Amino acid sequence: MKTTPLHSGAKSVSDDSAESVSGIAKTNARISRYMVSPSVLLLLVWMVVPLSMTIYFSLIRYNLLYPDDNGFVGLENYEYFLTDEGFGAGMSNTLLLVGAVLLITIVLGVLISVLVNQRFWGQGVVRVLLISPFFIMPTVSALIWKNLLLHPVSGVFAAIWTFFGAQPVDWFSEYPMLAIIIIVSWAWLPFAILLLMTAMQSLDQEQQEAARLDGAGPWALFYHLTLPHLARPIAVVVMIETIFLLSIFAEIFTTTGGGPGYETTNLAFLIYSQALLQFDVGMASAGGLIAVVLANVAAFFLVRLVGKSLTDKN
Amino acid sequence: MADLTITNLRKSYGDVEILKGINLAIKDHEFVVFVGPSGCGKSTLLRSIAGLEEVTSGEIFLDGKEITELAPAKRDLAMVFQSYALYPHMTVRKNMSFALELAGDSKDVINTKVTEAARILELEPLLERKPKDLSGGQRQRVAIGRSIVRNPKVFLFDEPLSNLDAALRIQMRLELARLHHDLNATMIYVTHDQVEAMTLADKVVVLSQGQIEQVGSPMELYHHPVNQFVAGFLGMPKMSFLPGKVVGSDADGVDVELMAGPGVRVPVTSEGVSIGQKVTLGVRPEHIRVTAADESDFHGILDIAEHLGSDTFCYVKTDTKETLTVRTPGDFSGAYGDRIGLSLDLQHCHLFDEQGMAIAKLNRAPEPA
Repeated sequence: MKTTPLHSGAKSVSDDSAESVSGIAKTNARISRYMVSPSVLLLLVWMVVPLSMTIYFSLIRYNLLYPDDNGFVGLENYEYFLTDEGFGAGMSNTLLLVGAVLLITIVLGVLISVLVNQRFWGQGVVRVLLISPFFIMPTVSALIWKNLLLHPVSGVFAAIWTFFGAQPVDWFSEYPMLAIIIIVSWAWLPFAILLLMTAMQSLDQEQQEAARLDGAGPWALFYHLTLPHLARPIAVVVMIETIFLLSIFAEIFTTTGGGPGYETTNLAFLIYSQALLQFDVGMASAGGLIAVVLANVAAFFLVRLVGKSLTDKN
Repeated sequence: MADLTITNLRKSYGDVEILKGINLAIKDHEFVVFVGPSGCGKSTLLRSIAGLEEVTSGEIFLDGKEITELAPAKRDLAMVFQSYALYPHMTVRKNMSFALELAGDSKDVINTKVTEAARILELEPLLERKPKDLSGGQRQRVAIGRSIVRNPKVFLFDEPLSNLDAALRIQMRLELARLHHDLNATMIYVTHDQVEAMTLADKVVVLSQGQIEQVGSPMELYHHPVNQFVAGFLGMPKMSFLPGKVVGSDADGVDVELMAGPGVRVPVTSEGVSIGQKVTLGVRPEHIRVTAADESDFHGILDIAEHLGSDTFCYVKTDTKETLTVRTPGDFSGAYGDRIGLSLDLQHCHLFDEQGMAIAKLNRAPEPA
């Protein structure tokens, strides 16, 4: 063992093995930093450029009808967006849409996945059918709902209503928000079923048998064993669906166009209409930033709520 | 009272018959152990008794009342599962009180019963914990506690100790024996571990391929196995078998010439035994003694010796390449490849005919008091 002190930065191959191992580790760390940096930089640029442009646009007067008038206006765009009559409607419609769809997909999702978990003939086919709506793109499903199912003259629902002698409902003018909720729920129910169905399969068989011996009927089994077991996948469904439901756009665009009035306008659609229907990019940018803030607030609470139940070990 | 009677019970999955006509009577306060190799149907039999499996035919009676078609909860049975099957999101207290709450008992009654069960099983400090915060042995005790509070007529145990480590298994085995004594309950216990079967049981039921091979006390099974399967299944290490043929017989026993060499006289009945018949001699490791090579006319080559401290188990190859297991004292000093003499304790040997059925012994071992 050599005892000569080593000068820093003058390491040789004959260094103490621990030294050289940590040296290799350091070199490795440096190399891997270089290796990942292109993708990190790309992601950073991908995020920073649009964000800073949006911030910039939100602070200037930027109307496509007056492209030369680009003066700095401070927070005026924000003020106008927040006091716009569409903003209150957009906020409440967004919350209504997210809340209602979450409720429907989770209640129906739990019930259907519990039912489908029973053994029956044709189980595989039924499962595929249950998942399949998820593969249909939002514009297509919305158009099918609009023209084939909910249409007051040629729709299937209208035919059923007429068959029973009732007056067919013009869904998109009488209950526009309900119609949107139905369409979006239909599209997102498979996602909930997919997650909950897989979770059902990991429900312990012996626990259920023990509960049956303890005198639990089907309802008690569901309430005391199945629901607690599904708590975690339900939390995951809530989190992921919220993220996507906050920005629902295609279904609204292809069916109601946000109307009648502001009845089906959510934040995403409001921003779109500011930018591309009223050509006010500045105000749309301000709205977009407000939406970003709102989404982050929602994400903060969701992660606290759901993350706790996820990290809390069984 | 809790007499359980099973008559001609059959269970099939499609074309596969798992239980092929089980007849069994279990008396009140008995500790009955179902033992057998994997896939012999012992767990299916237990689950049929519990009502978790529908039987194909046959009847089950509890105290004279038929329960074959009754719902599991209505049978007055409690079961402890191999995985314990504790409800993961409920505290220990809630786990134990669950059945009582479903039955609609009053809060006071539930509290008294749970406290009493927790006292018996020393679970008091753990009552507010969840199963994930418990060790294996504690979970096991909670699972037992969950059965005790229901005060069932019969306790069913499905391999309850197989998920525990060796030291804990021995401790829990003792606790189970004590519990059976304290509760004075009828217990049915499924295991593939013959030590558990021998130590716990009042009555052992040996199963093989969906049929009962033999029912009896542990000692009866040890001393008088009815066939070669039971003889080979019970005993640690296993009984060794030596093929031979009958060369003579009289009222005092049967003379057998072993393939491995010597002729022996086994004290079994000569009834139905004919000269020249092929037989198998079964001898347990503890009934063979190692001698010097020149002191015996039965020789073998010492293979591996396993030193356990208290005993040494020697594996010996006979001249005809059969393997014998011999139990010798802990200070045995033979070396690999040594040629040794073997001396059989013929009083304790078993003789089996060509079908593997035991030929009855002349002198039955006395039953333990």
